[in-house]
Amino acid sequence: MASRRKFFKVTGGIGAGFVLALYLPSCKGMAARVREGFEPNAWITIGPDGTVTLTLDKSEMGQGTHTALAMILAEELEADWSKVRLGEVPIDPSSWERNMGTGGSSSVRESYERLRKAGASGRAMLLAAAADTWGVPPSECRATRGEVLHAGSNRQLGYGALAAHAATMPVPDDPPLKDPKDFTILGTRVKRLDTPAKLDGTAVFGIDVSLPGMLVASVERSPVFGGRVARYEAAAALAVDGVRHVVEVESTVGQRTDGSWPAQFESGVAVVADTYWQAVTGRRALDITWDEGANAAVSSATIARDSRSLATRDGKVARSNGDAIRALTGAPRRIEAVYQVPFLHQATMEPMNCTADVRDGECDIWAPTQTQSAAQGAVARALKVRAGKVRIHTTLLGGGFGRRLEPDYAAEAALISQRVGAPVKVVWSREDDVQHGFYRPATHNHFWAGLDADGMPIAWRHHIVGPSISAQKGWLGPGEIDDSSVEGAANLPYAIPNLRVEYTQVETPVPIGFWRSVGSSQNAFVTECFLDELAGEAGADPFEFRRRLLSNHPRHRRVLELAAEKADWGTPLGAGQGRGIAVAEAFGTFVAQVAEVTVDDQGRVRVDRVVCAVDCGPIVNPDTIEAQMEGGIVFGLTAALYGQITIDRGRVQQSNFHDYQILRMAETPRIEVHLVQSTESQGGIGEPGVPPIAPAVVNAIHAATGQRVRRLPIDPADLVSGR
Amino acid sequence: MANFTLTVNGRDRTVDAAPDTPLLWVLRDSLDLTGTKFGCGIGMCRACTVLVDGAAKASCLVRVNQVGTQAITTIEGFAENQSHPLLQAWIAEEVSQCGYCQSGQLLAAAALLDQHPKPSDEEIDRSMAPNLCRCGTYPRIRRAIRRAAGEVSHG
Repeated sequence: MASRRKFFKVTGGIGAGFVLALYLPSCKGMAARVREGFEPNAWITIGPDGTVTLTLDKSEMGQGTHTALAMILAEELEADWSKVRLGEVPIDPSSWERNMGTGGSSSVRESYERLRKAGASGRAMLLAAAADTWGVPPSECRATRGEVLHAGSNRQLGYGALAAHAATMPVPDDPPLKDPKDFTILGTRVKRLDTPAKLDGTAVFGIDVSLPGMLVASVERSPVFGGRVARYEAAAALAVDGVRHVVEVESTVGQRTDGSWPAQFESGVAVVADTYWQAVTGRRALDITWDEGANAAVSSATIARDSRSLATRDGKVARSNGDAIRALTGAPRRIEAVYQVPFLHQATMEPMNCTADVRDGECDIWAPTQTQSAAQGAVARALKVRAGKVRIHTTLLGGGFGRRLEPDYAAEAALISQRVGAPVKVVWSREDDVQHGFYRPATHNHFWAGLDADGMPIAWRHHIVGPSISAQKGWLGPGEIDDSSVEGAANLPYAIPNLRVEYTQVETPVPIGFWRSVGSSQNAFVTECFLDELAGEAGADPFEFRRRLLSNHPRHRRVLELAAEKADWGTPLGAGQGRGIAVAEAFGTFVAQVAEVTVDDQGRVRVDRVVCAVDCGPIVNPDTIEAQMEGGIVFGLTAALYGQITIDRGRVQQSNFHDYQILRMAETPRIEVHLVQSTESQGGIGEPGVPPIAPAVVNAIHAATGQRVRRLPIDPADLVSGR
Repeated sequence: MANFTLTVNGRDRTVDAAPDTPLLWVLRDSLDLTGTKFGCGIGMCRACTVLVDGAAKASCLVRVNQVGTQAITTIEGFAENQSHPLLQAWIAEEVSQCGYCQSGQLLAAAALLDQHPKPSDEEIDRSMAPNLCRCGTYPRIRRAIRRAAGEVSHG
């Protein structure tokens, strides 16, 4: 299959410089159409001035993927790094064979080998062109830093001068790759390509887009999930200076039937004005009566009650080894516990926004999006046009964290532009962003474990009850279990002979979605804390206990040992202090973290230090890996200490950063990141830093206080009252 | 609507806006200075930080009719001096991830160093506490400020 495919092709001719087109494989878990023939989705261009441009379909949201991908290419191409650029993300995802999107920490791991091969092909063609020019064998030529050299005659030619000629050379089928010991770019601390524009105000995020004749909209959406506009009075809004239009926007929920990504946005009323402040002022003057619909009685309490009642019944079996039910019955010691996690919001610093220009049956969208394909499809369905009529212009993203995988904000903007007949930028307020999100599913987890006479676990049963992202989006077939609901739980690495992981899906009208590290964000917390409880029952050291149970999982074990060693595991700490450890694999990367905490007599938790060890396979840019681990730890700490979205009367109760708090600098611990030099398979890096931190902190709280926290966010009152 | 003349990045700029318009939206929508970012609108995230007579202010909380003759500096004006130690330090420490909050972080840091050229760690944490970063670049911001203050060797 893959070996019969053609992956590279020259598409440019003389005059166009050098353009090598290549095909990058689909992200795992993202649908791809399989077609015959060669359909490139990435291009390497070498201009006459020697500038190397890599054009592909990845969004930059802070994770550093643009720089990392360019580094992989530049290494094998032997490019001069100072001349390497990223091209604009292409605008028509429908012409692509793979789903155009950035998620699942997949960009580097899905493209690593292929980009190396493409770079090596380009290098071989440049060498061939130089050799042809000089009439010498290619084997006598050498490529380095954007030039081909011929030592024998002391001649050299830059890539720019060679580009057009190289484009006429045959594309090698299987070019030799460099020996990693000769790498000069990969594995080094190359500076990010996107830094300069992010320090002088010139970086263009979605919210910065401006078009001639563009209007700005602010939308009052149904406060209750699934509510409708019963009637509204627009006169006062229209009387505000600068307000041009007031239009109703009908939700498109339920329009999709084909397994694509639905645009779930709420019905609302858009106020469209010359500027944002005018639109907001007009919006405040709206008088809307809502038909709240069927969900006005939904609350966090009703959701928790429904989940609790299901947890002690049998669920669908996601994994079964041995016979956990029988082993539990016969176990000398049994432990049972319930763990709960809340809905969470991504809270990107840049609120949702999108600029749409609908004209003559076509549409241009400027969006900070993680999924161009989904945005294009959703807009096309909303406008009832072919996908190819919708062009997606990808801006920088002021954070993504999974929220920007959703196409809701693009489809909504397109409908508003269509209604008013002008380009419109829809800007969400922070309140809009917090209250109309796609939340990390809240789950209820029931655990049962059995220990043998020596205190080692012989049975483990874990029942997860919660809503399914795939089911809500209509992607799940009958009888299927959503992988994202059980990831981080069904792949428990510990050697426990009788192991059963079950899942029960609950329906909820609360929109749910992907949140940095997805299922592992909650499942690492619940499993690593319950395992810590077992260590406590066994009277064992939590690190040694894990180590013993990880004999068949060397990558887990290695990061666990490294984190423990660097954190001085086992050395004494002061009064009120404790150390906790946790390990998790997510997106092919293995991360262990040790947290040191201080708990005061009010139950307030301060995280003093976090030591992190990571094995993500071959290291592309150590600085980016460290940055993503640091960022993931801060992100996960925010959730552990503060994060919760609660529902009352069918509405989200939180609205802005005063009641959906984000960790601040003064609360940020000292963070030390240690990388494992690894030749194992490549893992992702954007998300895997998140899962271990909540359990590491909660386990540290136990070490400090003897209290087990089984519900997030950590509530200081629980730590005081339990004493 | 009314006319207001503001001094922005050393130049006088006249805008036509409702008097209650936040300075943030005057900068972004009327003067096309989009380096100043909208994050929350209630002064809780400080992505919209600008310098007002040298002090760091949340421009979402300053109404255009309150500005008067005070000198406004946005990231565009601040970054005209590319050799500024803070910009150099931000590059050296590779601070930015998504970058959205960094205009505000830089200007808050500039106001801090203006007041305390050699800030203690506690002073850094206290003055930078209002500025949120969802990517979690705080450890690097700390290091960059210390570097710019000459407390980390440049190497």
